[in-house]
Amino acid sequence: MGEVYVITSGKGGVGKTTTTANVGTYLSVLGKRVLLIDADIGLRNLDVVMGLENRIVFDIVDVVEGRCKPKQALIKDKRFDGLYLLPAAQSKDKTAVSPEQMKALCEQLKEDFDYILIDCPAGIEQGFKNAIAGAQKAIVVTTPEVSAVRDADRIIGLLEAYELHNPKLIINRIRFDMVKRGDMMDIDDILEILSIELLGIIPDDEKIIISTNKGEPVVMDEKSRAGQEYRNIARRILGENIPILSEEENLGFLGKLKRFLGLNNS
Amino acid sequence: MFEFFNKFFNKQSSKDIAKERLKLVIIHDRANVSPELLELIKNEILKAIQKYIVIDDKLLEIQITRTPSEQKGEFVPALIANIPIKSVKKTEILNNEADD
Repeated sequence: MGEVYVITSGKGGVGKTTTTANVGTYLSVLGKRVLLIDADIGLRNLDVVMGLENRIVFDIVDVVEGRCKPKQALIKDKRFDGLYLLPAAQSKDKTAVSPEQMKALCEQLKEDFDYILIDCPAGIEQGFKNAIAGAQKAIVVTTPEVSAVRDADRIIGLLEAYELHNPKLIINRIRFDMVKRGDMMDIDDILEILSIELLGIIPDDEKIIISTNKGEPVVMDEKSRAGQEYRNIARRILGENIPILSEEENLGFLGKLKRFLGLNNS
Repeated sequence: MFEFFNKFFNKQSSKDIAKERLKLVIIHDRANVSPELLELIKNEILKAIQKYIVIDDKLLEIQITRTPSEQKGEFVPALIANIPIKSVKKTEILNNEADD
């Protein structure tokens, strides 16, 4: 029996889809059977991020409306063993799948998978309620901006209200140069405000855009720091104890000297 | 180096401003208190207080802030009212009102 995770955020554009694609891909690389569900019905994108857009025949709405069996709608990723995608419908609206249908679908599918990751639509409307209905665990994605953190706080409150307790946080697009200058909130600032457990931080990395352009998950890029952190997050989900990437290594010589001299304690 | 100079000139960095603003806005979000609701509360308090005290209602301030709770490091929302008093109404008036 698999575990169902929903990957969510309040604000759009913070990296939910990229996170779903990369964490899911690496879980499959680590030998797990993984299903990615795109629950952003009406605005699907997980398929293009994964590079599987050409292979869609049926989608999640076809499944719940009985036009095909769930297994017929699953797209197998040929590059990674045990990785599957259930795409969203592009033509329907967010209410095309009800919370009950989502729940039943997840119950049925989790018999065949170790991990099901649901890519949630942004916002707090019906689409959000539908996407979280079948999940047992939640991952909240935010960036270090005031708007994203505020909306993340709202989402954490809502998850609690829907009895998805102890969500984990991923802080995306950290720019260590700006953190050093004091122009970007650091990890501790955000954790102090949101007070939830940290699952990982992803440095801002232009390789994400390059990978997404090609439809290849960045997690397979050995040299990408963002890819490295996505690999770490996947391992943490499997229960491995991997320390969160620190800003230390990014300080450079001067920063390390300052820290050594105790000048850097702000 | 930047932070050193910032400290030297006592300038707040933009991340500190962001953090302060976020804390305040999230307290309002969590308490679900709108500016309209605050205005209503303010008017009710005014009415109640003006029975007994003359106050400067233009300077009355009411807001939601954070106060440290008993537990160390925890902050809880608090309703703070700042009420400038002009004078206390004479006691005989109060007594007369009570007699009526």
